[in-house]
Amino acid sequence: MDLRYTEAEERFRGELRAWLAEALPKLPPKPDRNDWPGRRAYDTAWQRMLFDAGYAGIHWPVEAGGKGATPTEHLIFLEETERAGAPYVGANFVGLLHAGPTVNAAGNEEQRRKYLPGILSGDDVWCQGFSEPGAGSDLASLRTRAVRDGDEYVINGAKIWTSHAEVADYCEMLVRTDPDAPKHKGITWLIVPMDTPGITIRPLETIMGTSEFAEVFFDDVRVPVANRVGEENDGWRVTMVTLSFERGTAFVSEVVACQRLLRELAELAKKVTRKNATAWDDVALRRELGHLTAEFEALWALTKWNVSEAARSGMPGVGGSVFKLRFSETKQKIYDLAHRLLDRAALCVEDVAGLPSGELMDERLSSFSYTIAAGTSQIQRNIVGERILGLPKER
Amino acid sequence: MDFQLSEDQRDLATGVRDFCEGRFDRDRMRNLVDKARVPGMVDKALWAELAETGFFSLRVPEADGGVGLGTAEAALVYEEAGRVLLPGPLVATHLAASLDGDLGAGAASGELIVGLVDGEATPLLVEHLDVLDVLLVLDADGLRRVDPAAVSGTAIANPVDPFTPLHHVEALPAGEPVGDAETAARFRREGAVLTAAIQLGIAGKLTELATQYAKEREQFGRIIGSFQAVKHLCADMLVRTEIARAAVYAAAVTLDDPVVGDAAVAVPTAKLMADDAATRNAKDATQVHGGMGFTWEVDVHLYLKRAWVHATQFGGAEENEEALALTL
Repeated sequence: MDLRYTEAEERFRGELRAWLAEALPKLPPKPDRNDWPGRRAYDTAWQRMLFDAGYAGIHWPVEAGGKGATPTEHLIFLEETERAGAPYVGANFVGLLHAGPTVNAAGNEEQRRKYLPGILSGDDVWCQGFSEPGAGSDLASLRTRAVRDGDEYVINGAKIWTSHAEVADYCEMLVRTDPDAPKHKGITWLIVPMDTPGITIRPLETIMGTSEFAEVFFDDVRVPVANRVGEENDGWRVTMVTLSFERGTAFVSEVVACQRLLRELAELAKKVTRKNATAWDDVALRRELGHLTAEFEALWALTKWNVSEAARSGMPGVGGSVFKLRFSETKQKIYDLAHRLLDRAALCVEDVAGLPSGELMDERLSSFSYTIAAGTSQIQRNIVGERILGLPKER
Repeated sequence: MDFQLSEDQRDLATGVRDFCEGRFDRDRMRNLVDKARVPGMVDKALWAELAETGFFSLRVPEADGGVGLGTAEAALVYEEAGRVLLPGPLVATHLAASLDGDLGAGAASGELIVGLVDGEATPLLVEHLDVLDVLLVLDADGLRRVDPAAVSGTAIANPVDPFTPLHHVEALPAGEPVGDAETAARFRREGAVLTAAIQLGIAGKLTELATQYAKEREQFGRIIGSFQAVKHLCADMLVRTEIARAAVYAAAVTLDDPVVGDAAVAVPTAKLMADDAATRNAKDATQVHGGMGFTWEVDVHLYLKRAWVHATQFGGAEENEEALALTL
């Protein structure tokens, strides 16, 4: 067990730090949260800066245009960009972390040439059309139909929770091509250009009152058969291939951000007064901060454990669900604590009386999604129970 | 960075597991607690075997007759000790082996059974007193040795853990200094990590016991582990164990190679996460076992009670959480 970075890894870190110090001041101002075209422009400008500096798709294989970085280098990249306050992957998320790697692994040469460069350069933004109003945790029960008509598929149905739908160029989509086959066997993976006629986007309003994602309707949407990745009815396997790209790095930025947030809350606790004392004088609150510090120190250690496992085996470990479960529930506890600290200021989703209640309460509300999105905590517990512990499935 | 067991570490862990399961199997463990309780609950023949295997001399340099390994390896060994509930002052004797002179040599070789008590704790409860050759007292100023024969205390008739007999002591004799404040601080750090490793072993074993039972027990015509209510208890136990594992191993590596982290954060984190995993897994394992979990014959309560003992050693939750808050 060795937690020391190699000389090459330290050199990589040093060069990245130097570049970030020079590059970040050149970023345009951050757009308003509800300004989606502005957000796209900002996120893709950042991606372009990464591309020009040779950091785009750092974890992608070299033959796909990436840098073929090791899982440890990817960890360092995510750690350093977060510490430096660089933008999050944002609008480039689906392309860089999902659709791109899938096209590379399961697509043909023409598809790789056509789609991958635009993702790396930030020219193309992708969104995801997997979940449906009737297919959430039970994703494989999806019903959006694609019927073959000559050289085209004709798509009818609805997708939901699609982030960046309004500003995306392409949608990676799962559709039902064989309604009679067992549910996992009749699914196909398609690339749908978002300017295709027949697509209607209805933004969904979240509990924060913002529009983070949309419902997308497909009415006789025609896409060429050439847009199919993998074989017809083999889409479920294609999707599973994507999951195998996870190298234990999924939450690196967020763990680093949570550690910073805990320090900020400790500072805030020292300023907030309660009658004749500060919140920091409250032993219960201080202990809770101490406990959360331990949680994130342990999650950081587990990140390094999982990344090292992936680096050795080249395969994702079984630790992803374990990590996601603990991380998402613990991150929510930080906002429970922030809420307590704000007391009645927590009733304002904007700064009040010099307190940062705006961002904290916005994030507080947002945190309710952590245990739901990308596999609910209940589904994660099923995965841990069945795939790791070997307990039988519920009939 | 390669935060995974090396081949040597894997071999060590496997070897120690074989040794523990072979020399202190369930029959011998249950025999000790149910039939043949011995003074201080330390089986001296077993103690000699542990010494021979290197439990106490593990981190003593080879030049001084030890095994010459690090805290990371010691953590792997003590994790295995936790899995089988090896009784006795294992951590105290291991720490004592690092001291100079006859005391260190005697502890390393297993000739001396060395106990340890936090001199500032109240009430002052000394573990395994009847079998101790030396009692170490730890306080802020340093470490001193006390002759156990000179310690007068009242035996606790009903210690919660049958493997950990206790004496209530009003006052300890002055004793003789054997370490300064720095040594005492080192003992606290290393003791916390090794005790956390024992708790990790307990947490992992409890996950296995509960999962095994959930795979065998049938009700309503089904294996109870197929019910999500039971499955999710088992999943939570595994998550706690893996979080504790990462924290304990990271703290151990940090003590061996201080530049990779901050021991002031890593050590209390390890103890806190491992105590949490062991005690909460014990509660959940009891629940998964249903009525049987409430019986003496099922081992779960023995793990529960031992976890409670370790949770009070080398810093409890209050102390660790406060210490961590101050690092923010």
